[in-house]
Amino acid sequence: MTIKGKAYIVGAYEHPLRKAPNHSVAQLHAEVAKGALEDAGLTKNDIDGYFCAGDAPGANVWSMANYMNLNQLRHVDSTDMGGCSYLVHVAHAAEAIAAGKCNVALITLAGRPNSEGSSGTQVRDRGVNLPDVPYEMPHSPVTVNLYAMCAMRHMYEYGTTSEQLAWVKVAASHHAQHNPSAMLKNVVTVEEVVNSPMISDPLHRLDCCVVSDGGGAVIVARPEIAKSLKRPGVKIIGTGETTKHQMGGKVDLSYTGAAWTGPRAFEQAGVKPGDIKYASIYDSFTITVVLQIEDLGFCKKGEGGKFVSDGNLISGTGKLPFNTDGGGLCNNHPANRGGMTKIIEAVRQLRGESHPKVQVPNCNLALAHGTGGAIGHRHGSATLIMERE
Amino acid sequence: MATPYQERKVRDPAVNPGDQEYFDAAAEGKLMLKKCGDCGEVHHYPRALCPFCFSDKVSWVQAKGTGEIYTYSVTRRGGPVPYCIAYVTLDEGVKMMTNIVDTDLDTIKIGQRVKVVFKKSENGTSVPMFAPA
Repeated sequence: MTIKGKAYIVGAYEHPLRKAPNHSVAQLHAEVAKGALEDAGLTKNDIDGYFCAGDAPGANVWSMANYMNLNQLRHVDSTDMGGCSYLVHVAHAAEAIAAGKCNVALITLAGRPNSEGSSGTQVRDRGVNLPDVPYEMPHSPVTVNLYAMCAMRHMYEYGTTSEQLAWVKVAASHHAQHNPSAMLKNVVTVEEVVNSPMISDPLHRLDCCVVSDGGGAVIVARPEIAKSLKRPGVKIIGTGETTKHQMGGKVDLSYTGAAWTGPRAFEQAGVKPGDIKYASIYDSFTITVVLQIEDLGFCKKGEGGKFVSDGNLISGTGKLPFNTDGGGLCNNHPANRGGMTKIIEAVRQLRGESHPKVQVPNCNLALAHGTGGAIGHRHGSATLIMERE
Repeated sequence: MATPYQERKVRDPAVNPGDQEYFDAAAEGKLMLKKCGDCGEVHHYPRALCPFCFSDKVSWVQAKGTGEIYTYSVTRRGGPVPYCIAYVTLDEGVKMMTNIVDTDLDTIKIGQRVKVVFKKSENGTSVPMFAPA
């Protein structure tokens, strides 16, 4: 079964807040659900499929289904793949719709790590029974050093430089200046990135994404419903999902799961990397973008540093306009999970609703790619290819 | 510039059934790996089933305790002291997550030869780390 053309993204909404100390997480989930329904022109009672991940209170569907009083559910899915969960959810929603299991699927993400004081240098408790914990946690792996080790290896194997990584942030900041909701709106230079404080070698503070409250939601519906609505059609044409890990001790940090999900999504969609007009690329750190751009096939392995340099990711000047909302590096990384905002900006681009200064002309084909967990030990990867109809 | 190694509080390994022997051996200064009696592959972290062929004929073997740094990062913010996390490729072929210790953290390099040393966690458990060979 292929999902190509079997489902459409009909609603998308990003919460405007980046700090929400007086909102409950449940309230944020409900507010983004309401926003996405209004965007689509649907109502709560139209929802018969609900998807959420580990950021939802209780980490499965029933608490939020209860809070929102969703009573028509025929299909539920609380797959948790960290930050890329929501890209996986879109794929699963398309599969469920194609299989006749639901008609209108709601996917929500929300959280408050900014208000709760979360940081990428904190050692996080990871719970009981995890087989890797006794062999890893004594060494204090944290989000930033797990990615930093990948950056260090990439520099060693391919000669990638800190200045090349900095270009990823520079491009994101060029886009964020046009986003009134962005957490960081100032345009930065390569020099400012490499001169920002070193957090974990070789990643500087400005190589790291923001920590923000907020959230987002999308609604996926079957074609007949999509065509009855007034919004531009965003057709799902290719998906891929996987997880990559330490392979029994044969650790290889030179590539990510995108090397597997990208080709599958492109094959299903029947398009090539060179056809993509706009790409949302997960940007927890600058190195994350470089690795995924290589793995998705936008350039050869090892040439990502060169590819992202000199503004090649900046809309209007570069060959691959990316993260035109400012991405996780400048705009928003709600709940420490950037997958939802990646989908939302791709939908804006395909609808022609991105800010005019960053809107890609005639954007008819877009890709969104996400990573969850940490590429330095275990991560999820998900690719989504969408077409404007 | 130099970033001298400083002792830091090491989290206790939260062991699950099957893990204790690894740390008991560590207390005697031995670094252990699991080896499969069927396919012959060595793996890490240790498991009850071989991650390559799913055989349950896995047994402990002592590693030489030497290897080279595959990658590393010195984390300078967030903790009370800077520390170096790394993956070391053991001479037996597997890579393990660890810390590089007992050296100027600014001199650490990928490819550097290292040997195992054992540092105590807060409850006195021996944890394998690596220092320049």
